[in-house]
Amino acid sequence: MDFELSDEQRLLKETVERLLVNRYQFEQRNTYQASPPGFSLDLWRQYSELGLLGLPFAERFGGFGGGAVETMIVAEGFGRALALEPFLATVVLGGGLLRHGGREEQCAALLPKLVEGRLLLAFAHSERQSRYDLFDVATTARREGAAFVLNGAKSLVLHGEQADMLLVSARSAGDRRDQQGITVFLVNATAPGVARRGYQTVDGQRAAEIVLNNVTVDADAVVGKVDAGLGLIERVVDEAIAALCAEAVGAMAAMHEATIEYLKTRRQFGVPIGSFQVLQHRSVDMLVALEQARSMALLATMMVEDQSPSERHRSIAAAKVQIGRSGKLVGQQAIQLHGGIGMTMEYKVGHYFKRVTAIDTTFGDADHHLAEVGRLGGLIDPA
Amino acid sequence: MDLRFTDQELAFRDEVRRFMQTSLPDGIRRKMVEGRHVSKDDLVAWQRILNAKGWAAPHWPVKWGGTDWSPVQQYIFIEEMQQTPAPQPLPFGINMVGPVIIAFGNEAQKRHFLPRILNLDDWWCQGFSEPGAGSDLAALKTTARRDGDHYVVNGQKTWTTTAQYADFIFCLVRTDPAAKKQSGISFLLIDMKTPGITVRPIQTIDGGHEVNEVFFDDVRVPVDNRVGEENRGWDYAKFLLGNERTGIARVGVSKERIRRLKALAQRERRGEVALIDDARFRAKIAEVEIELKALEMTQLRVVAAERNRTDNRPDPKSSILKIRGSEIQQAITELLLELVGPFALPYQPDYLDDLRVNEPPIGPEWSPAVAPGYFNYRKTSIYGGSNEIQKNIIAKAILGF
Repeated sequence: MDFELSDEQRLLKETVERLLVNRYQFEQRNTYQASPPGFSLDLWRQYSELGLLGLPFAERFGGFGGGAVETMIVAEGFGRALALEPFLATVVLGGGLLRHGGREEQCAALLPKLVEGRLLLAFAHSERQSRYDLFDVATTARREGAAFVLNGAKSLVLHGEQADMLLVSARSAGDRRDQQGITVFLVNATAPGVARRGYQTVDGQRAAEIVLNNVTVDADAVVGKVDAGLGLIERVVDEAIAALCAEAVGAMAAMHEATIEYLKTRRQFGVPIGSFQVLQHRSVDMLVALEQARSMALLATMMVEDQSPSERHRSIAAAKVQIGRSGKLVGQQAIQLHGGIGMTMEYKVGHYFKRVTAIDTTFGDADHHLAEVGRLGGLIDPA
Repeated sequence: MDLRFTDQELAFRDEVRRFMQTSLPDGIRRKMVEGRHVSKDDLVAWQRILNAKGWAAPHWPVKWGGTDWSPVQQYIFIEEMQQTPAPQPLPFGINMVGPVIIAFGNEAQKRHFLPRILNLDDWWCQGFSEPGAGSDLAALKTTARRDGDHYVVNGQKTWTTTAQYADFIFCLVRTDPAAKKQSGISFLLIDMKTPGITVRPIQTIDGGHEVNEVFFDDVRVPVDNRVGEENRGWDYAKFLLGNERTGIARVGVSKERIRRLKALAQRERRGEVALIDDARFRAKIAEVEIELKALEMTQLRVVAAERNRTDNRPDPKSSILKIRGSEIQQAITELLLELVGPFALPYQPDYLDDLRVNEPPIGPEWSPAVAPGYFNYRKTSIYGGSNEIQKNIIAKAILGF
């Protein structure tokens, strides 16, 4: 049992923190957000140069063979900085689907480009009706000879507008809510029949609605097994949730620090407002929520590579519940303790609050995952 | 970074688990599972079984009968003991006064008291709180006036747990009335049989009798029974209060209670549906399980960090463990109350003390302990430094207010 980072991991953490402190001050972030594509392409190149984009991939694809801890370190740093770049969409989701499901030649063709920062990916999965049910896929994949023809509409595709390639889930067999019959396809984002409508999300990130109208792909566009894509999707989404948990912890820690700092400097009634016990206790409540969240983010990181999918998912779901609950408490109280200034667009703490709110509704909110934990029989076996 | 225990730690866990399962008398285990009262004789018997094995106080130095276990091993030991479920050994001896005697007592005190604590030959109780000194402990008023080679003690202690069984009480007393609050306090070991001591029971809202008032009326205590220096008692008390780091969250206790809760929820039905299959009730249990898992991870982080600590100061994160640990224990008693439903109503204290074994209780056989358990566990957020005091500690020591 060991919670220490290795020397290499500590170095990675310092590298990420140093870069983001220099390049991601709040005003800089506003600039990145305001100009297309809604994040900094220059920083994306720097991430590549520092090796961040290659962390989880095998060395033969230009990567570094890192694990969940490395992803956690980057994600937590991104959470602190409120970074806008498509690390989750490209490296964790798109890259994860290729890494776990892609054939050798697919990986060899795409991952080196991804690692070099020359390929953006997006996971076009959720749909208008699916809410958080990963198996609810209405988009169809009709066989036509050796090819597949895709039809349907994908919703809330993170960084879908900027992606060069899309990983599209579609139903190759069965009914809309069947577990079986889902296949993942690689689709060129500019292929005939693909229409994208990009927009900003409430937390300043980017997403897209994507319509697929008779999009034809070859059989070699299949990622993973035909009709049996759900297991792959669940695994990669669990990895994305683990990363989101770490990102939320980074955001919560930053919010908490800003709040403590504010309580110590803001004066009313002739004293710093942090001298008032009611505010001290509230900031302790935030700390307790943050530490519990950090503990569960660590659990998620350490369980995400577990051999058993059910054990993995149980821990990931539990972590997402904690992150949702803690994020809400820390975020709401950060605004409350800042008072009026916390309500303003020009102050950073509200943006952290919006990010943790967005994280809660990404890949299942606290209630969804609480039901998942219950469905799986909880975390402790009965006597 | 690795969540797993090492192979040696796993082997150690299996050894502890095997010992607990084979050595704890079945009658005591059953009382623990059913939430009934564990008697003085039960606790003495269990402590002597642990002592015979050399495990009465693993955190003590080897020289005085402890072990050389790592913080992780000590954590595993407590966790396994709690999950068995075995009674927690009486804390006043092995966790409180024992370490103070080891750190600050003289050689004669160590030789006399420490073996007797390990074997529970002396039952200890704690004389800290007073009617006017609760959270503000340093406001204590009990005095000890020097008279030759004795102190003469006058005053009153309260919330004294199991004073009715006690052979000795360790007391904070004021030896210098002129000194400022924290100065002028000394740490005395007092034989409960000394003339002038009166114990009056306090009944708590669950109907039980755990705590007492203890009155001192010209009680003569040999100066030899003072620990350390005169007027330095506050330092020793702070050492004592900060000492309990591992186990304060009582994660093992809560795990065992959740196992029990879930087993009972499989039996209890609303209509045809077992309550464990009721979506709302199941979600409530899952919520507590998740909070407990987070607490367990936080505790493991504190235990792991202890390896790297060079000073002997308590980790202020222990206060987080105390707050969440108590809240979770209370939440579980609430869920048991909800589960037993209308049969929370009959007040049947005799079943908690084995007084009526010939006729079955009203309602499910596990019902008599439920409502008293709920009422009794309100204490967990009050004792050992109330949760509000813990928040003050965190605000000061971690957040720098």
